[in-house]
Amino acid sequence: MLSFDIFLQPEIFLLWTSFLKTAVLVGVVLTMVAYSVWAERKVSAFIQDRVGPNRVGWAGLLQPLVDGVKLVLKENFVPSGVNKFFFSLAPALAFVPALLVLAVLPFGSSLFGVPMVIANLNTGILWVFAVSSLGVYGIVLAGWSSNSKYPFLGSIRSSSQMISYEIALGLSVIPIFLITGTLNLGEIVQYQTLHGWMVFPMGMSGFNLQRLLLWIPMLISFLVFLIAMFAETNRLPFDLPEAEQELVGGYHTEYSSMRFAMFFLGEYAAMIAGAGVIVTLFLGGWSLPFVPDGSQGWLWGVVNIATFFAKVAAIIFFFLWIRWTLPRFRFDQLMKLGWYVFFEVALVNIFLTAAILLYFRS
Amino acid sequence: MARPVQRPKLSLLERSYLPAIFGGLLVTIRHFKDMIFGKTQVTMEYPEQNWNDDLPDWYRGAPTLVKDEHGRERCVACQLCEFICPPRAITIKPGEISKDSKWAKVEKFPEQFEIDMARCIYCGLCQEVCPEQAIFLRKDYSITGETRESLVHDKKKLYELGGVMTGLVHKWDEKK
Repeated sequence: MLSFDIFLQPEIFLLWTSFLKTAVLVGVVLTMVAYSVWAERKVSAFIQDRVGPNRVGWAGLLQPLVDGVKLVLKENFVPSGVNKFFFSLAPALAFVPALLVLAVLPFGSSLFGVPMVIANLNTGILWVFAVSSLGVYGIVLAGWSSNSKYPFLGSIRSSSQMISYEIALGLSVIPIFLITGTLNLGEIVQYQTLHGWMVFPMGMSGFNLQRLLLWIPMLISFLVFLIAMFAETNRLPFDLPEAEQELVGGYHTEYSSMRFAMFFLGEYAAMIAGAGVIVTLFLGGWSLPFVPDGSQGWLWGVVNIATFFAKVAAIIFFFLWIRWTLPRFRFDQLMKLGWYVFFEVALVNIFLTAAILLYFRS
Repeated sequence: MARPVQRPKLSLLERSYLPAIFGGLLVTIRHFKDMIFGKTQVTMEYPEQNWNDDLPDWYRGAPTLVKDEHGRERCVACQLCEFICPPRAITIKPGEISKDSKWAKVEKFPEQFEIDMARCIYCGLCQEVCPEQAIFLRKDYSITGETRESLVHDKKKLYELGGVMTGLVHKWDEKK
């Protein structure tokens, strides 16, 4: 008779629950990636008064599946004159960071007493910034190793884009740490369950003047962070590195088959991870007013997880909506925006938050 | 002389682009909403819906050969259509009608009549030039095939598509 007690020893328990959570989360996110591609095509079609994919399955719901099959079956072509090592490495470098970000996102409260976050790091948000910036290397290497002018221009734009938004991205979240006093994403969500969401501070506990005043810097933070996130995930209006119209696809022009699919998956996975970070930092993560967390029963745990992914889906819809509304920025305009506007706004915002926290103590 | 154009004076709010972006978002979401609720008229979903029943009489579809009500094939292999065809899609091999046939005085018939639909431009010159009212452009427009060879319509296919046409001039009939 085998004893299952070994699975309940703390270390072993942590090990297999982590594996399980990782597998399920990656599975869920990859499915979401496939369906955000479908959603992109459907939303863009609807906004432009078209029909969109509707042949494969009901309303084209099986389209991602056949697209995947098509991409796998295509020839994996390597043009002559490319740097083969970096050419093969780049797609992975673009794809992996997006998934690594997911490791620290609390995508639910807890289920059967297991916290619904893969790695509960105390430096959570720093991990997010460190890893998600690595995604740029994938793009830069792809453009550089392709030995072709359009990918090269795309990768140059990508690096110029990165130095213009990263500072605003980092500075815009500092007010949150000033308020919550922690970098741990799980604790930031816990704070928001108690005090209300960052951009919607109608908490259950006492609502006071300080909370009301903090709403202003939080909205500014949210706006700057959201816009910087658009640049981080290479979404329109900041999709300069791939600019289909000017650069024929930009950094992935020379890629085909699964290597191209990796870039594609990476872009959408980065979008989901970015939406997850936005939700966690500003929109209360898995929390919903008057909904208890997973310690009140596993059903609530499932509701919390569903809430998180529903919010992520809403943010992704907003990403798509913006894409089909705004034209693309020129890259000098983006640098100007990043350095002249958002950098200053984010910096002033920090002092504003600090002043409010200092002078309006609750 | 160059005339300086007065740029519109924008307020600070307008210069932040935010009202314009918000307005743009409203426009796109209105289109999205109208589409969701089926208020937008979109294009016809072709294979399921089509214009087949509403095609006008003068529609120029695939060229076909017709027989008349006596069942006589009207083409006399004069090859005018072959000569006028701009993309040279038509190939005719004339043959002789046997002496003991009822229509022996017509003398010629097309032994082979091929129209390469990969070349045909649906111009209708063959129909216009035909002195025998034998070739007509019908309403078939969806001509597809998996090989180039299958797109060459032979005589059998052409009569199949053309069928019988009534109300034509019967110039080879006996004089009354």
